Amino acid sequence: MSLPPDLEQPAGHDESRRTFLKQSSLLTALTFVPGPVVQAATNELDEKVAAAFEKVPLKLEVNGVKHKLSVEPRTTLLDLLRENLNLTGTKKGCDYGQCGACTVHVDGQRVNSCLSFAVMHEGKKITTIEGLAEGDKLHPMQEAFVKHDGFQCGYCTPGQIMSAVACVREGHAGSEAEIREYMSGNICRCGAYSNIVAAIQEVKNGGQKV
Amino acid sequence: MKEQAQNKQIGAPMNRVDGHLKVTGAAKYSAEYELPNMAYAVLVGSTIAKGRLTGVDAKAAERAPGVLAVITHFNSPKVPGFDTAGKDPSQPATVGGPLKIFKDDKIHYSDQPIAVVVADSWERARHAARLVKGQYAPEKHKTNLEAGASEAFLPTAAKKNPKHPMNDYQRGQADAYKLGAIKLESEYVIPTEVHHPMELQAITAHWEAADKLTIYDKTQGTMATRRDFAKEWNLPEENVKVIATFVGGAFGNALHSWPHESAAIIAARVVNRPVKLMLTREQMFTNVGYRPYTWQKLGMSATPDGKITAITHESIGQTSNYEEFTESTLAQTRMMYQAPNVTTRYRLVSLDVCSPIWMRGPGEATGAFALESAMDEMAHMLNLDPLEFRLRNYTDKDPENGKPWSTKFLKECYQLGAERVGWSKRQLKPGSLRDGEWLIGYGMGVGTFGAHRGAATVGAQLLANGTVLLQCATTDIGPGTGTVMTQIAADTLGLDPKKIRFELGNSSFPKAGTQGGSSTVNSVGPATQEACLALKDKLRGLAGASNAAFASAKKEDVTLTDGYLALSSNPATRVAYADLIKQGGDKAVMVEARPGPEGQQYSMYSFSVHFVEVRVHELTGEVRVSKLVSCADAGTIVNEKTAGNQMKGGAVGGIGMALMEAAHIDDRFGRYVTKDFADYHVPVHADSPAVEVAFVNQPDPHVNALGTKGIGEIAIIGVAPAIANAVFNATGKRVRELPITPDKLI
Repeated sequence: MSLPPDLEQPAGHDESRRTFLKQSSLLTALTFVPGPVVQAATNELDEKVAAAFEKVPLKLEVNGVKHKLSVEPRTTLLDLLRENLNLTGTKKGCDYGQCGACTVHVDGQRVNSCLSFAVMHEGKKITTIEGLAEGDKLHPMQEAFVKHDGFQCGYCTPGQIMSAVACVREGHAGSEAEIREYMSGNICRCGAYSNIVAAIQEVKNGGQKV
Repeated sequence: MKEQAQNKQIGAPMNRVDGHLKVTGAAKYSAEYELPNMAYAVLVGSTIAKGRLTGVDAKAAERAPGVLAVITHFNSPKVPGFDTAGKDPSQPATVGGPLKIFKDDKIHYSDQPIAVVVADSWERARHAARLVKGQYAPEKHKTNLEAGASEAFLPTAAKKNPKHPMNDYQRGQADAYKLGAIKLESEYVIPTEVHHPMELQAITAHWEAADKLTIYDKTQGTMATRRDFAKEWNLPEENVKVIATFVGGAFGNALHSWPHESAAIIAARVVNRPVKLMLTREQMFTNVGYRPYTWQKLGMSATPDGKITAITHESIGQTSNYEEFTESTLAQTRMMYQAPNVTTRYRLVSLDVCSPIWMRGPGEATGAFALESAMDEMAHMLNLDPLEFRLRNYTDKDPENGKPWSTKFLKECYQLGAERVGWSKRQLKPGSLRDGEWLIGYGMGVGTFGAHRGAATVGAQLLANGTVLLQCATTDIGPGTGTVMTQIAADTLGLDPKKIRFELGNSSFPKAGTQGGSSTVNSVGPATQEACLALKDKLRGLAGASNAAFASAKKEDVTLTDGYLALSSNPATRVAYADLIKQGGDKAVMVEARPGPEGQQYSMYSFSVHFVEVRVHELTGEVRVSKLVSCADAGTIVNEKTAGNQMKGGAVGGIGMALMEAAHIDDRFGRYVTKDFADYHVPVHADSPAVEVAFVNQPDPHVNALGTKGIGEIAIIGVAPAIANAVFNATGKRVRELPITPDKLI
């Protein structure tokens, strides 16, 4: 699934919208605005104009794939990934940047994708959980999470792993206590924290490239 | 036991079969299915807690871009089952359906959905939802349990049935503790706690035909959910399909069907498109249940040498004004300690709130906070070590009904845990140990939960590629159900676990109960075992047609190997799968396993004990759990890795319960003021120590042939009092109202 091209509305939307235009706002419009605008409304031009203003062109790279998109400015990076690019590995857990389930890498830095608008990332490189493995070969952090059972339900897992990789890269995995501190933005309600920390320590101490 | 001796996979710390899907983001949860022409739904909640909805101004929302429908009580299509799916309020909460959304104008609680807005994107639906305004005729609401305590009542189910477990219980003399020379009487409060799984409750509803509904839903029971919605729409159950392949945690809150599910299904009907609906974190407080605010009073008397003479335990929990929710808050008090006089009284208060629903260690976790705190208080009064006090009141049979335990290895748990936590360092006098500004204390708490088992059916099928496919409608909310069933099947079939696939989370699969009450392995485990045995027997019979050695063999004597069915004693005697499949060997067998009569003869429980070391900052009152050791007698441990993880998770949940979790309602408005993780704190990495787990790992021969007893609940029951007791040991301050926040210690 990709974003619809500019100005194109998904099927099914137009009917109710048209109905409304004919039934209600047109009456209001007639009383307040000059003729050409009314004409525009009946020609459905207003909506196309509005939609054009609603959307912003955006170029970004996700997991090595370049995308040329047209998005609403209010679309979060999280919703763009999940709903428009069908990359549902990045999870929605709160929409307030409080749980970390939506953690992705933006130009190598961990970011809560729910707290950033997609349009803020023009030209940037996004890595999600789907882009972490190299083909069939899992990233060492993914391997370690499997080995140490660093999850239960699996919902916070992509965010934990993206955060864990960044935590090691940042040099914040020096001790168990430091890992716990720098991973505290990623909540695991199943409570697999002990195992997650063990996985991160193994990767850190294993000396593999992360 | 012969099977046990041959176990290779049962007991092995096997990696999860779905681990790869979970670490790569490929595991699909209920809002992640891609269907053509998807529409998005957002709920609008009531701003009053009680009254009537007199109107909904949806004009602005309806004219907002992309909006497909705004559905309210005033324009909702008729849901046929709402008229017939009558509900007896005395039935357990999971029986019957959810609140009948949009059916009438009654407002039962604040944020009850009054409208659902459907649009062609989340953004548009969310925006339009903010434009919807409800108009109300408010009535006076009640949301405070203590204010309503005078109206507390015995649950209707108990009134109707004198044998119902929610009735008052008495052995010996009523309230005999009052006559004791050494006695205590304490009141305990636990606030409302919210499950808050990381996955927001979500559903994708798709009417595939006018009478055929498929929902991708967060549920702990695909069949229960199917039943609820088939009933709502007066459809045959087979016309409703519930998919829950992956469930992003639940802890009980998906044991009930909720209004948002009905709303999404109605919305999909109205717009004639698949509809996706995901609650916000704020709506997770208001619309999908919680552990109810509960007041308890516990009276206890003992002899000077530490024998309990009497316990009275009373509890008042909150429920909603439209359902009677009950839980076993007082169960542990009746059976855990040898006391000749025990009285329990359970009451409810109806409030204008959403219904509660069982949250991990339901009831028992609440009750254990009072009982296990009181045990510590009494031990302190007697100047006894709390572990010694518990040993002096240990029971070798169930004092509630006189039956023998099926198995009980709690003493072994005590020993394992005490050694590991360093219990010998504990001082009888509180406030004796310190490390600079940090006061150090040790505490313990005991947990128990029934080893429940229900009927379950598993289908087993040999596929042409030499693998075995197993199917069951059970779910996996995180414990690793598919993994342990694969291990059980591998041992029973003699097959490499990589050649076995256990599929679950689909109501069309052979039936199973909900994943709740620590019962899944107890129930689905033996069904898996028996289905695999039946498959072997079927293949053996087919092999017997061409090979006499198989005709005379028993099902236990054959094994599946790479490409062949072989005799265990002589693997060279074998028949190729291809030959068996030619004779119909690829047809599935289905076996239902049911609990036997043992439940009538024995008292069956899992047991746990949690030992805790805390550090309390003298000046700030900050509590850090520095050590937590959980030991369990849960019967056979099928997979130490996943079982250990489950225990650790329960311990972390217990830290939350003890130290931070509380959902608060502003009673003036009847509305939650805690709305997200900024003001409802759950434990994060920095709050959790490296939890240690030890299992006794002794099979229980009476629950099922595997010897399992269940883990999920005992992992959390008893943790919160262990922490409260450790805080007392560190500071001399007894906190009887959770959570133990710094303000209560300074």
